[in-house]
Amino acid sequence: MIALLLRDLRLAVRAGGGFGLGLAFFLIVVTLVPFGVGPQGEILARIAPGILWLGALLACLLSLDRIFALDYEDGSLDLLVTAPIPLEGVVSIKALAHWITTGLPLVVAAPVFGILLHLAPEAQLWMIVALLLGTPALSVLGTFGAALTVGLKRGGLLLSLLVLPFYVPTLIFGAELVRRGAEGMNTQVPLLMLAGITAATIALVPFASAAAIRVNLR
Amino acid sequence: MSIWEYANPVKFMKTSDKVLPWTIGLAAVTLITGLIWGYFFVPSAENFGGSVKVIYVHVPAAMMAINIWVMMLVTSLIWLIRRHHVSALAAKAAAPIGAVMTLIALITGAVWGQPMWGTWWEWDPRLTSFLILFLFYLGYIALWASVENPDTAADLTGVLCLVGAVFALLSRYAANFWNQGLHQGATLSMDQEQHIADVYWFPLLMCMAGFVLFFVALVLIRTRTEVRARRLGALQQRERMA
Repeated sequence: MIALLLRDLRLAVRAGGGFGLGLAFFLIVVTLVPFGVGPQGEILARIAPGILWLGALLACLLSLDRIFALDYEDGSLDLLVTAPIPLEGVVSIKALAHWITTGLPLVVAAPVFGILLHLAPEAQLWMIVALLLGTPALSVLGTFGAALTVGLKRGGLLLSLLVLPFYVPTLIFGAELVRRGAEGMNTQVPLLMLAGITAATIALVPFASAAAIRVNLR
Repeated sequence: MSIWEYANPVKFMKTSDKVLPWTIGLAAVTLITGLIWGYFFVPSAENFGGSVKVIYVHVPAAMMAINIWVMMLVTSLIWLIRRHHVSALAAKAAAPIGAVMTLIALITGAVWGQPMWGTWWEWDPRLTSFLILFLFYLGYIALWASVENPDTAADLTGVLCLVGAVFALLSRYAANFWNQGLHQGATLSMDQEQHIADVYWFPLLMCMAGFVLFFVALVLIRTRTEVRARRLGALQQRERMA
């Protein structure tokens, strides 16, 4: 399983576009927002948590179709399915690799982008915590969507339509956590809900993804 | 005599052929009676004015929007566990009806909200979760449409329906947390005393029965169409093989 993780990471880095592309996309979103809403600092500070979360969501979505599509095309997915490790484990590792290549860089870069958007200093820490807790759920749910559409020729748009509604609870609690953190309110409830959703997603959704892949490779 | 007999397409077609005209007739009678009763023979409520009459479409449509997903959930489970094709086809047949019901609930809600709240749309938890439910319906229908092999499509949409049910529910409560709503509380609930007077209640009940029957009739028609389409496909394939 560790070999699989390393292989996926190596592929992402060497094939190009894996690591930096999500981050660059995130930067573009953050850059375009002030053009759209105007450069006033207080407005940007108000909407910064939402913008950062939306950017993370879209950056995550961009790279989803690559999770299984390449392996499906060159046949290595068939080998992974017949390999002596459980498919649920393979799917979880794939999600982990996706998170390390797209989610983790966003978490690390979030403070910088937060400064660009005038995010309140006391909210910076909460932004990192929220993204750290929330983005794994995005990757795991994304693998589910990718698993559903792996056999399709043009699954890209369909994938977004399928996956985005699943992101709603994570987005709500993640953005709420940062907003409350920025205003110095009690953050316990959204924090626990966000962590709970992520934990349950990581525990349960790989079974659904593995089932979808088995169906698609039948 | 067991309910699983109807999993046999031949038996299903034969029985539904007999049941269908009655369902259509009954649906037409209850729906027309309920709506006419509600629209012309019920006094206007004091603080709602005439706009209260939207309730006779709005509430049944909203109820159906949620319950159709539950019905799809059950039929998907039956398909995934017992592999009865009719069950999967019934889920496929129900999805567009559910999407339309959600849309009706949203549009009538907007029409009702305009005079009552002074706005067509408000990011209220109930409204928002219905919009999300509508997106789930769209995704479900799109997945059915884009997978070619019918059995694969049935399996994939079945899994999507199960996971989607969990997340639709989760979104509902997340939305509750996210914003306090304008929408009034539940009009109908089993455990509390009645929230509305009998004058409004009985025609509403009639309309709800009408919507349920109408839905059953539509699902039967659409499932029969799907079964026939499946047979046609099988025949064409056999011809090509020969």
